[in-house]
Amino acid sequence: MKKVISLLGLMVLLAVAAFGCGGQNTQTDKKATAGENGQVVKVGIIQITEHPALDAARQGFIESLKEKGYTEGKNLEIDYQNAQGDQSNLKTIAQKFVTDKKDLILAIATPSAITMAGETDQIPILITAVTDPVAAKLVKSNEEPGGNITGTTDMTPVKEQLELLQKIAPKVKKVGVLYNSSEINSEIQADIARKAAATLGLQVTEATVTGSAEVQQIAQSLAQKVDAIYVPTDNVVASSIASVVSVAEEKHIPLVVGEKGMVEGGALATVGIDYYKLGRQTGDMAVRVLKGEDPAKMPIEKLKDSSIVINKKAARSMGVTIPQDILAKAQVVE
Amino acid sequence: MDISIFFGALEQGLLWSLMVLGVYISFRVLDYADLTVDGSFALGAAVAAKIIFSGSDPWLGTLIAFLAGILAGIVTGILHTQFKIAPLLSGILSMIALYSINLRIMGQANISLLRMDTIITSAENLGIDSKLAVLILGLAFAVIVSLLLWWFLKTEMGFAMRATGDNAQMIRSLGVNTNLMIILGLGLSNSLVALSGALVAQYQSFADVGMGIGTIVVGLASIIIGEVIFGTTNLLRNILAVVLGSIVYRLVIAIVLQLGLPPTDLRLLTALIVTIALASPIVTNKVQKFFDLKRGAGNAYHSKCSQDI
Repeated sequence: MKKVISLLGLMVLLAVAAFGCGGQNTQTDKKATAGENGQVVKVGIIQITEHPALDAARQGFIESLKEKGYTEGKNLEIDYQNAQGDQSNLKTIAQKFVTDKKDLILAIATPSAITMAGETDQIPILITAVTDPVAAKLVKSNEEPGGNITGTTDMTPVKEQLELLQKIAPKVKKVGVLYNSSEINSEIQADIARKAAATLGLQVTEATVTGSAEVQQIAQSLAQKVDAIYVPTDNVVASSIASVVSVAEEKHIPLVVGEKGMVEGGALATVGIDYYKLGRQTGDMAVRVLKGEDPAKMPIEKLKDSSIVINKKAARSMGVTIPQDILAKAQVVE
Repeated sequence: MDISIFFGALEQGLLWSLMVLGVYISFRVLDYADLTVDGSFALGAAVAAKIIFSGSDPWLGTLIAFLAGILAGIVTGILHTQFKIAPLLSGILSMIALYSINLRIMGQANISLLRMDTIITSAENLGIDSKLAVLILGLAFAVIVSLLLWWFLKTEMGFAMRATGDNAQMIRSLGVNTNLMIILGLGLSNSLVALSGALVAQYQSFADVGMGIGTIVVGLASIIIGEVIFGTTNLLRNILAVVLGSIVYRLVIAIVLQLGLPPTDLRLLTALIVTIALASPIVTNKVQKFFDLKRGAGNAYHSKCSQDI
């Protein structure tokens, strides 16, 4: 019995200790004063894992709410919960949000969105960073969601990215697509790349990895067979983009990628989705819902303005000359 | 603190308790630290999700997931007993292989089961209140599996299996084929883990290839919490303790999240709970010895704890 008490005591102690040093994580302010209409809006944010793109989307969402007059501590209470990649935590978080009777929920990335959708069909759910809401059964159709869910998709402009590759390196004929086969988003993008390449007159060779440890080796074997590499927005490859960059530089072949973060990490170029802007767009939609609009009738939105991002240093080391007209309208990182 | 938090933890604890019973068979009965479970949990989820997604009967999908788990365990058992690969490594090999197999089965990384017919909706169609459907299903599965396991471990074969974990040499001298016992035990263990995975996928409305990560740790944590709190005086009590441990584990996590602990630290917390529970008998023992020596008592203190591994 003594053991029982000590163990239980210890669990509570640990929890309290952790709570003590992690209080800023759940940014609920109990002393929130009334907002414009005398109500504090309770927003829950459920996120599958910590990841620069997902974090940027969250920040953009919060920023947009702030600009539209919802300020934390005044008329807004944000409860941000991150499952740290452990999917069994998602359900617990989803249940907590329903219990807390949140007014609105932001679900970031597909697993968070599905779990949240399985938990409530009443509370409005705004999704973001979900590639294909229809395939995930979150909405009936992108034009007419038909339920309590709407938001933004991060379907990358794959075709535009391959077109950019052709403009930068007109000699390229064979493109290697490198992705992690265990991410549904990457599968979808690889599929689009295959179809787009056919219309652009490019040949596609695919290479898949299952973990970041393999990226270097697979990128090397792929680089032997192709004259350019394309990486979609894939979490595993994105986290080890540095090793793909080193392979591309060694072989002097262009490396075009699915999002800006990888260009900052040394890749050559992208027509990018800016997740911060995507989050802001989701925030704008959330405000419309808070003002009484029906999510069932709000179409899923794509990012309104995608932008070309070029890494000049990578251009030099990959042996590519960027045409002046592209450089003029691109965002340049070194 | 809302009552529904406890309700959610109870639901999850029951669904995951089948996995914990599976880990109990390998870890406690066979004394075999089997890492296959990280793969077989996702295997059960993948098989059930694929079958349900293709429009077949969810009960059939759940049954086939259970059978797939048996196969996964048998493979690990064969790797260990026939090819003499170390227990830990055999499990790791199966786990790694299952990752690719699960991707093959699903054909994609994530299958959404939103608005599909699952065993939970089929229970609701029988007129069970949808709020209680998961709880009733989970309870039914946990009770039936616990009782069957209790019955099995008291049969002649069950005794042979327990003896294989306790003292393999002794039981071999009595003519029991311990290799067969390990293969069967791991098959049984992983079948329950896969069944749990199948239920959890239907409960959270998706299956994902990354679902099984950390399964073994959750299993061990639940077993140890259960044993410490509810005791191990006899077999039935031990089995029930394991189920209750699974519920308490989920409850601790739900409370911790409710308190506002960043989930970042959840795994650390789990590891700490397991470490403390495993280390406590040894620490108590050392402290006791120290005082005995101080008092000049020559008799060493014997820990009555059954948790020495």
